[in-house]
Amino acid sequence: MTHLGLEPFLALSAFLFACGVVCVATKRNAIGILMGVELILNAANVNFIAFARYNPAFRLEGEVFALMVIVLAAAEAAVALAIILNFYNNHATVDVDKADELKG
Amino acid sequence: MSLPVVLFAIVAALTAVSALGVVLSRNIVRAAIWLLFTLIGVSLTYFLLGAEFLGAAQLIVYVGGTLVLVVFGVMLTAQGPMQALKNKPMEWVVGGLLGGVLFGLIASVSIGAAGSFKPAESDERLPGVAPLGLGFLGVTETAPIADVTGVPEGTRISRKSVAYLLPFEIVSVHLLVVLIGAAYLARAKRRAAS
Repeated sequence: MTHLGLEPFLALSAFLFACGVVCVATKRNAIGILMGVELILNAANVNFIAFARYNPAFRLEGEVFALMVIVLAAAEAAVALAIILNFYNNHATVDVDKADELKG
Repeated sequence: MSLPVVLFAIVAALTAVSALGVVLSRNIVRAAIWLLFTLIGVSLTYFLLGAEFLGAAQLIVYVGGTLVLVVFGVMLTAQGPMQALKNKPMEWVVGGLLGGVLFGLIASVSIGAAGSFKPAESDERLPGVAPLGLGFLGVTETAPIADVTGVPEGTRISRKSVAYLLPFEIVSVHLLVVLIGAAYLARAKRRAAS
């Protein structure tokens, strides 16, 4: 790892983040939006690990926070899927454009 | 071209291409498969960075747990027209522009800030399972211990060995509460008889 700097990892993470944001912005399927959120969280995690690797003062902290992000992402996926299934039971669709009952 | 550079190029290409596949595929089942390869690529990136435990945890929790959950959601809801919802072309243009601008902004800012960080030459690996577990139990000696700067004159606060027992407990109880709530939300629907 002596010839590889921090920058390539940050570029990869930025690319994953941008992909996640575009996914959230353009998908009409609610589960597709959930996949975009997973991409965003993974991009943040790559940054945590890369900075933990390249900043010796915070070697433990990077891994600890990345683990917390993984656990919280699992919890978030469970709740989001429960909400999506409930919406599907009530409306027989997962198109987020149809979820406009609370619109003022 | 040394071995780490070549390995990183392969892994990064795999990850980036499959992330693009998640965005661009209209079929939700195919997007789920692309997401699988993206998550595997991210875990390989962790292995390249020397965080073996995180890579294994990513494989087990994400690929083995979260993605199976997503695939179940796809199976339960993807029927007929819902499997491939179409977008207007204008939405692709706006989304692509937004993504490109965002990528350029984040990449330029973070790469500009990254120059001052160098890896520790002596310590190749990130903390393994034992230091992490001790950190979560609150008995670690591996975290750096130093004086806190920026305190008033005459006082001295040293940074004790850092423990993550409380966040660990909070996260675990949060996971329990969230899973109970999700099971309640997604339970089989009973129609009211009246």
